[in-house]
Amino acid sequence: MTASRTRKKPPSSDKKSPAPIFEGAEWDYEKVDNCFQAIQKIAIDEMGLNVYPTQIEIITSEQMLDAYSSVGMPLMYNHWSFGKSFLRDESNYQKGFSGLAYEIVINSNPCICYIMEENSMTMQTLVMAHAAFGHNHFFKNNHLFKQWTDANAILDYLQFAKNYIAKCEERYGQKEVEKILDSAHALRDQGIDKFTRRQKLDVAALRQRELERQEYEQSQYSELWRTLPETTSKDEGEIDLIEKALAQKLGLPESNLLYFLEKHSPVLENWQREILRIVRSMAQYFYPQRQTKMMNEGCACFVHYHIMNRLFDTGQITEGAMLEFIDFHSRVIAQPDFDSQYYAGINPYALGFAMMKDIERICENPTDEDREWFPDFAGNGQAIKTLKEAWENFRDESFILQYLSPHLMREFRLFNLNDDKSKPFYLVNAIHNKQGYIAIRSALAAQYSVANLDLDIQVTNVDLHGNRAMILTHNITNGVTLDEKQINLVIPHIQRLWGYDVSVKSIEPNIDKTHFA
Amino acid sequence: MMHIIDRRLNPKGKSLSNRQRFIDRAKTQIKKAVNEAIANRKISNTDGGERIKIPSEGLYEPRFMGDSEKGTHDRVMPGNKDFMPGDKIKRPPSKGQGQGGRDASEGGEGEDGFHFTLTRDEFLDIFFENMALPDFIKKSIKEEVTHEYTRAGYKRQGSPSNLNLKLTMRNSLARRLCLRRPRDEEIAELEEKITALRQQKKHTIKEQNKMIALLEELEVKKRRRKVVPYIDPLDVRYTSFTEIEKPNTHAVMFCLMDVSGSMGETHKELAKRFFMLLHLFLVRQYTKVDVIFIRHTHLASEVDEETFFHSRETGGTIVSTALDVMQKVIKDRYPPEDWNIYAAQASDGDNLNSDNAHCQHLLTQNILPMCQYFAYVEVWDSHEAEMFPGDNNATRLWQAYEELKLSHQNFALKKVTRPEDIFPVLHDLFAKNKKSEVA
Repeated sequence: MTASRTRKKPPSSDKKSPAPIFEGAEWDYEKVDNCFQAIQKIAIDEMGLNVYPTQIEIITSEQMLDAYSSVGMPLMYNHWSFGKSFLRDESNYQKGFSGLAYEIVINSNPCICYIMEENSMTMQTLVMAHAAFGHNHFFKNNHLFKQWTDANAILDYLQFAKNYIAKCEERYGQKEVEKILDSAHALRDQGIDKFTRRQKLDVAALRQRELERQEYEQSQYSELWRTLPETTSKDEGEIDLIEKALAQKLGLPESNLLYFLEKHSPVLENWQREILRIVRSMAQYFYPQRQTKMMNEGCACFVHYHIMNRLFDTGQITEGAMLEFIDFHSRVIAQPDFDSQYYAGINPYALGFAMMKDIERICENPTDEDREWFPDFAGNGQAIKTLKEAWENFRDESFILQYLSPHLMREFRLFNLNDDKSKPFYLVNAIHNKQGYIAIRSALAAQYSVANLDLDIQVTNVDLHGNRAMILTHNITNGVTLDEKQINLVIPHIQRLWGYDVSVKSIEPNIDKTHFA
Repeated sequence: MMHIIDRRLNPKGKSLSNRQRFIDRAKTQIKKAVNEAIANRKISNTDGGERIKIPSEGLYEPRFMGDSEKGTHDRVMPGNKDFMPGDKIKRPPSKGQGQGGRDASEGGEGEDGFHFTLTRDEFLDIFFENMALPDFIKKSIKEEVTHEYTRAGYKRQGSPSNLNLKLTMRNSLARRLCLRRPRDEEIAELEEKITALRQQKKHTIKEQNKMIALLEELEVKKRRRKVVPYIDPLDVRYTSFTEIEKPNTHAVMFCLMDVSGSMGETHKELAKRFFMLLHLFLVRQYTKVDVIFIRHTHLASEVDEETFFHSRETGGTIVSTALDVMQKVIKDRYPPEDWNIYAAQASDGDNLNSDNAHCQHLLTQNILPMCQYFAYVEVWDSHEAEMFPGDNNATRLWQAYEELKLSHQNFALKKVTRPEDIFPVLHDLFAKNKKSEVA
């Protein structure tokens, strides 16, 4: 990637060129504060970003490791798996296998940015521009985040979750709670509502509901109920009708397994249901992040790049700082070729940043090809406005479908490789030429689509009048079957939560295969 | 619109409880790994933590996953060099290109190894779990009790050196405030007013009345100051100390090692490893244990730790010399009525034939009655062990000692042939339930 940029105002021509905000690598609060003000001026006044108030938190590398292990959240309930990831991260870090992030940013209001004390002042500036304005703007404006997450409530909710689980441990024992969490974690990927709207995470209401549940149960409890005789059996047709009505009532088929188990499991206690709810709320919270990773990073990189250049243009940072920044920036957005030993898929920072810069280029300096492909905004001269619309209304998949230009496909030299595991060879489907642009664009978009990220597994049937067996149906996409080893490991967890037999059925037009566990 | 918060001073170890949970969960695997680690490494570097690898059994977090070996994947990749549409590229053998991610769970039967570093404390905790010095009934009746003073609140009487100024002054201030003791400034102010009035040449009646009132007020205040003293005996507090009894924890461990010529490198290495572990265990679990190192050839001497473990010497073998030295040290410095005495002896079992009986005699008559516990470890070369399996080919010394075992419950003996044996032997000798086992 090129790190140079056409400057409208070279620094020498600036009439008043104020003293730089900082020199050298050391940072202190005053410098950080002054820098923040300067960045804010550019971000809000010039770019018109719309952000949550920011809370910068300075942490040590050890605390960064802590934050890693609790999936980046400032608060998290206790579970051994977080200890496991902590030990692994710590081990990798100490051995030098992996470095640490320079920042972590949390989608909350106020937006919390962790920055590390080891960072140089240049890095702190960059990190603030990147996280406190780039990511922050994206969190506040992107439609997925608006729809699925509630930045105002998340910190309260985390606090509630942590306390609730700690209380459960106190009351029912660490082992019991751990069992439920283990099982719920195994179904984390199947604990997401993809179609309905989110529910508000209102802590006060949660407590209220929990209380009411308990009170209701206590008021309804009567020893006499246990002595009622068994209901008499019904004939086949009647059962069929009842089954149908039941399926409707249960909302089958249901793709949110955790939701289904929370609502309908015959064996779970109230506190166990609440734990399932906590796990699934967390999974839901991260759902938009998975779908917008590339865009989110692209947005943040574009914003930091723009701001750093503006700071330099106006003489607010030194050439030394600028060089340090460019060096870092070009490493972050590097994209190794597919045959390089460093290749690990497409770098979301690289593609994201390149696409944002490309849109800027198309807005300001389009070619004929761009005008043909993007008549809506080519040459409109309003790059930031165009970008802001994109950041608001798209996710990775649709963003690529809409905005990936032939120019960029050539620059990345993208090609589409068809990998059919049943054939002894790979097939090159399309390359970066006129015939291939559309195919590559759709293939790349599909790579980011929910259908490719997530498996389609649903609860399709529960035999409530018979043996209560639950049947899960996996709809095979692209011929990818489920990993049998994993099935055998996950099924016991579902059985624990459901209490009865569970089996998984994979459905494909030509193969119909059922795994019984 | 921005806050900066410095979190660096926040309490550390936010992940500590998660880490603890993880270690609890992986206890059995970790224990196994720790034992393996101890067998393989040099004991002398026990100061650092230990990096161990445990199988991920029970630690794996399963989730539904697609089988990456099946189906079709339409991939888009960057950096095309010379591919043209329609090119067919031969699939490289076994693994799919760029899709390595799954080998971890794939390799072996879930033997997905997990590396991490235990801190030294965690490591040793697990390592020495369930070990203790056997605590047989002390033969001597005389239980020495030591006394120690600890802080115990405050009291009203005491020696001036223990006066607690802070509390005394606090009480005094409270009392003075309650009883409205006039402050110095109030009196000074009144006196000032009076002198000011006095200095006037002429006094009106009003002023004269005021003068009288002021003098009266001064009188009252001065009297009040006398009645309410600055510091009253009531206020005084002394820091209190109380004497607590501490049971006698005096313990001494004698380490007797044979370094004679018959001990080959392997023997010495084994013996040293045994003592290093023993030493580590004592230092860790018992802060106040004295350790005495004695090594012997045909001569024995008490040496320091450094010499014991690291210097070389050679010569003939007379085991009883070491026992003599031990006896002498006990006599000089560790009277058995005040001390709990433990001993561990390591040898290859080679001894001057005539000396065996002497050893037996020394132990039965003098040493064993004074000792809480005496452990004998015989080190064998692994080749020797293969050549002479079973206990029939025991050395003379072993035979002599074995007789002792029958008559003395505070005596134990074990054989070590490989480094891996050391830990189990040590564990056997110092298992926590030793008492019930032997008694």
